[in-house]
Amino acid sequence: METAVLKETFMDKTNKKLGVNPEDALVSKVYLSLAFILLLVGGTLGLLQGLNRAGLLQLPVWLNYYQILTAHGILLVVAFTTLFMTGYFYAGVSHTLGGLTSKARKFAWSALASLLVGTVMIMTTVVMGEASVMYTFYPPMQASPWFYIGLVFLALGIWLAGTGVFVNAASWKKANRGQKLPLFSFFAVGGYLLLILGSLGITAEVLMLIPWAFGWTETVNVMLSRTLFWAFGHTAVNVWYLVAVSAWYVAIPKIIGGKTFSDVLARVVVILSVILNVPGGFHHQIIDPGITQSVKFMHVFMSLSIALPSLLTAFAMFAIFERAGRKKGATGLLGWFKKLPWKDVRFLAPMIAMITFIPAGAGGIAQTNNQLNQTVHNSLWVVGHFHLTVGVTVALTFFGIAYWLIPYLSKRVMTARLNKLGLIQTWLWAIGMLFMSGSMHWVGLLGSPRRTSFSTYGDNATALSWDPYLMFLGIGGTLLFAGVVLMVYIVFHLMFRAPKGHTEFPIAEEEENASPTPKWTERWGLWIVLAIAVISMGYVIPIVDMIVNAPPGSPGFKTW
Amino acid sequence: MKMHRAEEIWLIISVSVLVLSMVVTGYQTFAQGMGPPSNMETIDPQKVDEHELFSEPGVYKTGENQYEVVMTLQIFSFTPGDIEIPAGAEVTFTMTSKDVVHGFQIAGTNVNAMVMPGHIQKITETFDEPGEYLILCNEYCGAGHQAMATTITVK
Repeated sequence: METAVLKETFMDKTNKKLGVNPEDALVSKVYLSLAFILLLVGGTLGLLQGLNRAGLLQLPVWLNYYQILTAHGILLVVAFTTLFMTGYFYAGVSHTLGGLTSKARKFAWSALASLLVGTVMIMTTVVMGEASVMYTFYPPMQASPWFYIGLVFLALGIWLAGTGVFVNAASWKKANRGQKLPLFSFFAVGGYLLLILGSLGITAEVLMLIPWAFGWTETVNVMLSRTLFWAFGHTAVNVWYLVAVSAWYVAIPKIIGGKTFSDVLARVVVILSVILNVPGGFHHQIIDPGITQSVKFMHVFMSLSIALPSLLTAFAMFAIFERAGRKKGATGLLGWFKKLPWKDVRFLAPMIAMITFIPAGAGGIAQTNNQLNQTVHNSLWVVGHFHLTVGVTVALTFFGIAYWLIPYLSKRVMTARLNKLGLIQTWLWAIGMLFMSGSMHWVGLLGSPRRTSFSTYGDNATALSWDPYLMFLGIGGTLLFAGVVLMVYIVFHLMFRAPKGHTEFPIAEEEENASPTPKWTERWGLWIVLAIAVISMGYVIPIVDMIVNAPPGSPGFKTW
Repeated sequence: MKMHRAEEIWLIISVSVLVLSMVVTGYQTFAQGMGPPSNMETIDPQKVDEHELFSEPGVYKTGENQYEVVMTLQIFSFTPGDIEIPAGAEVTFTMTSKDVVHGFQIAGTNVNAMVMPGHIQKITETFDEPGEYLILCNEYCGAGHQAMATTITVK
């Protein structure tokens, strides 16, 4: 008995002293390494597109613009993000719940296998020219069936990764009756739950497309497929955003020497995100035929409601900064602003990510309103928008996390030199994106379309007037590519080269006088029921209509 | 959950902005008829050529300076193309796709609509300013997507 207790305290102490246990660290290190390798590949493809779109680079015949755009989109919007999310959440779950259970590790490894099989299948079909169908793969464009089967493996990987976290959280709750799940793990559970809810629609879609792509069924319902896709397509990016938000609430207060603003508020943000998000995808179909104006108007409400948790977050973040600044002796209305650690990349990168979300979120609110959407739909404006949201708010927060997460996992420390490189990286990213996204927004308003290789439309005067903006797009893209290379260098340096040492996993503490978190925040069953209710409100009417009043289906086309 | 006073004010203001934007959008849609293109008619996508309307795409005069353009979109062209109309004309575009999903956009105007196989889409615009407008496909539709364009000239 005594030895058992001794052993336990010993384990506890070594855990604290030595940090993460090697088996858990390996899971996250592999996920994160793969994520950043894919970032490099996807970023390189992005550079090629940017230069082509600027009219500076004619792609060789064997390398089609739409082929690399498809790869760029899937690698960066789905693969990089899913891998990073899993590496980061598993590391944090391990840290906050006292290590992963062996079951959870098994789930993580099988999820990785599934994600890799899926990614390889998808990328092979794209490289072979059998699937230049974009991230959205709208039927009746018909890719190789193996492309869709690859997507099934991606979905399966997501479910396995999520299940591992759920199982681990449940076993922790059993062992720690009456205690609330640590905030970080709460985010992880919420994030995976939302991703799984979002992936249901796309899974249904893909299961209809596979027999069609094999030729077993002749036609497909175009509208239904599209609608099911967007239930995932938009939810996914909101999940990546929620992953970024988790670091804002949990890690950043600690990094700047502050405290959690409100544990309850952070949990409410997670809950609202899970409940409200999925129907948001509908705002991608505002100018579609076959959906009534009434349904579209209802979806303005459903999309705008997603802004609510972000508005709560915006307030909380600035409150944290102000409190931390004042604690350090800041005076006056805005004195706290100067007290923030601007020279610490672990703060600077996510801070720029947050500031970027102000215009990015505002742009999102604007373009979800029907008539405003019509002016920018499918223009480069939209591409500019999601390069701010996913490309800066999400990506730069992920980079900011990497500066402490990777040395924490590799038992190394970040040096002053790496911090400096990180600061350069962050500014390169911010300026590159200002050029690229700024010009995309502007030229999009003028009418330049997205997902289109360089074209003057037969020297049309209107199209020619877009060229100067597109040049800025190319310049921005080049700076961003330099940023990608630098970031990947920093990541692998932190993983294998930086000096050995102890790096802390920053978890902010609550204020001493914080009110206790009520138990209802952990009624996951209720949140799932509410989420399903909201999804039904959003989708039952239009989807029934799309099925019952469907036109004859479409056969497949390979138009590339 | 107790809230800070400043937070309450922040939320009241920002939610009011959201509500206001909805009111404006709703008013424009339902009172002023400015809603997004949402036509509900369907068509057999494999029999577009046999359809009573789309068997003969073209520009039709429907009233005093009112026109209907019956148009098919297919990889990688608009039929009819190089359209000419008089200044001040109110033009309704009635469109469908013969193959994949296309986008119909007239640069410099608010004309923007998805055109899908199996569905008939409609959008109306009054062209007051004379000039040549660029019509382009803004939904990726295949290898020649960047070449899918035509013009509408307002005289």
